[in-house]
Amino acid sequence: MPQVKHVPVRAGDVLLMVGTMKGAFLLRSNAARKRWEKGGPYSVGAPVYAMALDQRKGRHRLWWSEQSFRWGTVLRSSDNFGRTFTEPETYSIKFPADSGVTLKNIWQISMGNAAEPDAVYCGVEPAALYKSGDVGGTWELVRGLFDHPHREKWVPGGGGMCMHTVMPDPVDSKRMIIAVSTAGSYRTEDGGKTWRARNQGVRAEFLPEKYPEFGQCVHKIAQSTSKPQRLYLQNHWGLYRSDDGGDTWQDIANGVPSDFGFPIVVHPHDPDTAYIIPVESDEYRCTPEGKLRVYRTRNGGKSWQALTRGLPQKDALETVLRDSMTTDSLKKAGIYFGTRSGKIYASANNGDSWKLIAEGLPPIVCVKAAVIEETKKAPRKALAKKAAKKTAKRAKR
Amino acid sequence: MAVTFLIPAHLAALAANQKTIRVDAQSPTVRGALEALWLRHPALRDRVVNEQGEVRQHINIFVGSECIRFVDGLATPAPEGSEILIVPAVSGG
Repeated sequence: MPQVKHVPVRAGDVLLMVGTMKGAFLLRSNAARKRWEKGGPYSVGAPVYAMALDQRKGRHRLWWSEQSFRWGTVLRSSDNFGRTFTEPETYSIKFPADSGVTLKNIWQISMGNAAEPDAVYCGVEPAALYKSGDVGGTWELVRGLFDHPHREKWVPGGGGMCMHTVMPDPVDSKRMIIAVSTAGSYRTEDGGKTWRARNQGVRAEFLPEKYPEFGQCVHKIAQSTSKPQRLYLQNHWGLYRSDDGGDTWQDIANGVPSDFGFPIVVHPHDPDTAYIIPVESDEYRCTPEGKLRVYRTRNGGKSWQALTRGLPQKDALETVLRDSMTTDSLKKAGIYFGTRSGKIYASANNGDSWKLIAEGLPPIVCVKAAVIEETKKAPRKALAKKAAKKTAKRAKR
Repeated sequence: MAVTFLIPAHLAALAANQKTIRVDAQSPTVRGALEALWLRHPALRDRVVNEQGEVRQHINIFVGSECIRFVDGLATPAPEGSEILIVPAVSGG
């Protein structure tokens, strides 16, 4: 087994949480984002499809899912960036015995908004939503969605029938959008009691009816934090934008080499700027022409520009999966993505140029980023340290 | 009815580091023996069986040298004095 290395994470750092098919890694840098230090692996040998950091109420709680092919799927958390972590006696997320269903994987871990500072959500496979109202102490299956009449007609995509997108509204805590492959996107406006399919305008290339109410193979949806009604959607064939919270979708595949791909992210401060990594087709699923290109729009998808500076433009047959691209929240946004070949590329300037910051990792299935905030405890610790230094100086005199 | 479980290191770490655990089962089947094991060491349950109570796909249970998959599953007899072996299957990637 590899030796686990822990990285010291300080306030102001940027932390990358990287889930791979053989465990989780943490990469940290200061805000300049020039040098990266790698820690891990955690959950050695197990696929880690979901990671998240909860920084609400002064917490630094790192969450991840561990999908052991032997021992099942367990949700873990750590309050000290992996030095110690939970080993629950009984698994916290499991289907009720009367459901006839068994948990296969946890694909997404999302925090509730400011009005729900103790809420945590998990999107799982087979497609279902779980909610904890007490920061992971107890979990409940969201029945309104599990019992939805559409559910029996949902079918698995290539990755399984996964709920890969869980987006609590940044403002309205009764409202949330989720997405399932292959079912499409659904929205609740009453805290999860009822859900409506929100797929109008999204094509289902593989069905006889091209624009059904549900059944689309949505690969990922991203929401603008500054303009929550603005959504971007990467479909299994198709690229879309919504300006009404998902009620309607407009095709924005304008000038991209392929409208097939997996990840899509929005700039943290500009709702008109989004990023994708097209792949050639649903059969080939590699970057077209062996060129690793991120495409960026700055006008809500009216046009897209290839970003290539620092990215290999020859013999780069790469695949970037749906949750393997992310942004940080700094003013000059950091954009990050990880490949199935175990490389991580980072841009510290909104995507203008890129740098390889890690390679040789197992296949990457998830990349998340966070700017580390000061905890409530930290200032007290710093004050105590300062006071101790003063006392030592006095003693010397 | 006393039976003895032999468990792998991963599970032993969740059972006070015991690799051999003797339990008194209420019924002479593997299911009955496992129920007694869960009572003694609750953390083993979710790792060995799923939420429907089925043995996880990549775990094998033997009574003596017989794999229960090829006998009668959890209803396989586990009479007094049986040795029940829980082993991770040879699988993965």
